[in-house]
Amino acid sequence: MMYDTGKIVAGIIIFLAIFSVPFWYSQVTGDAEEVPNLDPALESLKAEGKQCVESVDYMRAKHMDLLNTWRDDVVRGADREYVSEEYGVTYDKSLTDTCLEQCHTNKSDFCDQCHTYVNVEPGCWECHNIVGE
Amino acid sequence: MEVSRREFLKLAGLASAGAVVTASSGALLTGCSPLIGMEDESLNAKNMGMLFIPSRCEEGCHDCIDACNKMHNVPKHDNKDHEIKWIWETEFQHAFTEYMENELLKERMEHMPFLVMCNHCANPACVRVCPTQATFRRKDGLVLMDYHRCIGCRFCVAACPYGARSFNFKDPQKGLQNPVPNPNFPKRTKGVVEKCNFCSERDIHGQFGSPELPYCVEACANKKGSLGESALIFGDLKDPEFIEQFEKIQKDEKLIPLRRKEIAGTQPKVYYLV
Repeated sequence: MMYDTGKIVAGIIIFLAIFSVPFWYSQVTGDAEEVPNLDPALESLKAEGKQCVESVDYMRAKHMDLLNTWRDDVVRGADREYVSEEYGVTYDKSLTDTCLEQCHTNKSDFCDQCHTYVNVEPGCWECHNIVGE
Repeated sequence: MEVSRREFLKLAGLASAGAVVTASSGALLTGCSPLIGMEDESLNAKNMGMLFIPSRCEEGCHDCIDACNKMHNVPKHDNKDHEIKWIWETEFQHAFTEYMENELLKERMEHMPFLVMCNHCANPACVRVCPTQATFRRKDGLVLMDYHRCIGCRFCVAACPYGARSFNFKDPQKGLQNPVPNPNFPKRTKGVVEKCNFCSERDIHGQFGSPELPYCVEACANKKGSLGESALIFGDLKDPEFIEQFEKIQKDEKLIPLRRKEIAGTQPKVYYLV
């Protein structure tokens, strides 16, 4: 036999409700539906006949590693040429001149969308300039 | 042979002390920055340097400084304590302090305007002290900054005998127009050290076409009408043709090459022909 059953059960329910906020909050407020969607941006680039330096899947998963490698190669090794493993095309290792200027001119759509969603803040833009801004 | 417990312990202690000393002295000797003292030819390296001929300088002309500041987004802050300098003008007495005790020279040279910048030393003190190797000496002899790695400790600022390094106490954007003068070159961020980079972002070795010159040299040559009359000359100190040119100027214009604070042992590579 337990004393104050009602109070204890109510307490447990309130505790669980508050404790699980992160799991249900976005479902209730509808934020969960705002999943980043890069497809329109990619489709329009494809329509212009453009392709990225590597395959889309690779870039999705590894773009930060690729950019870090580029950074070290250029800054420390004066090595500016990147030959695509997927397509064999040569590119200039440059975030501003190659990535942003030639294709991804819409940084807010392209970069920020996902970065905001997953709450990462890359420090790139503190120094590297964004074309048209 | 019988070894007593006492003797065994003595021997073991001596042996381990010896091992520690050998290992740590080895680490001390080799633990320095890898490119230090790289005058050896085995790296098949270039050794880029600069000549400055003050007598060719036109009074009041700052084209070289302006070109550098513009192309590298060098901020201009009102407070002199926050000043960022890549290449700037000073007087002989400040650039060559040690010569000020030379009474005969002092008279003539004291207030002569001189251009100063990073000397891209062959034995750079800044590289030696940098705890993250954010500043390093590239194989072609350029002493460069990797701003991504700089933690803002300012050891290099203290180590540099030439005061060629500036620390960003403030966000550089506060001293720049928006957008920045040259959007294709990054600006820096608050909390990193910056300095002249001998225009490492340009194709100075001609890997992708005809070689480009540093912006300051280019600006001076444009002003003077030809590279031959430029007050700033840039080239590879290991290139016999460049040295020949260097020697010809010395001979023709009766000049002697000086380097700043040679006694510091950093092997500076900006030569002043006076």
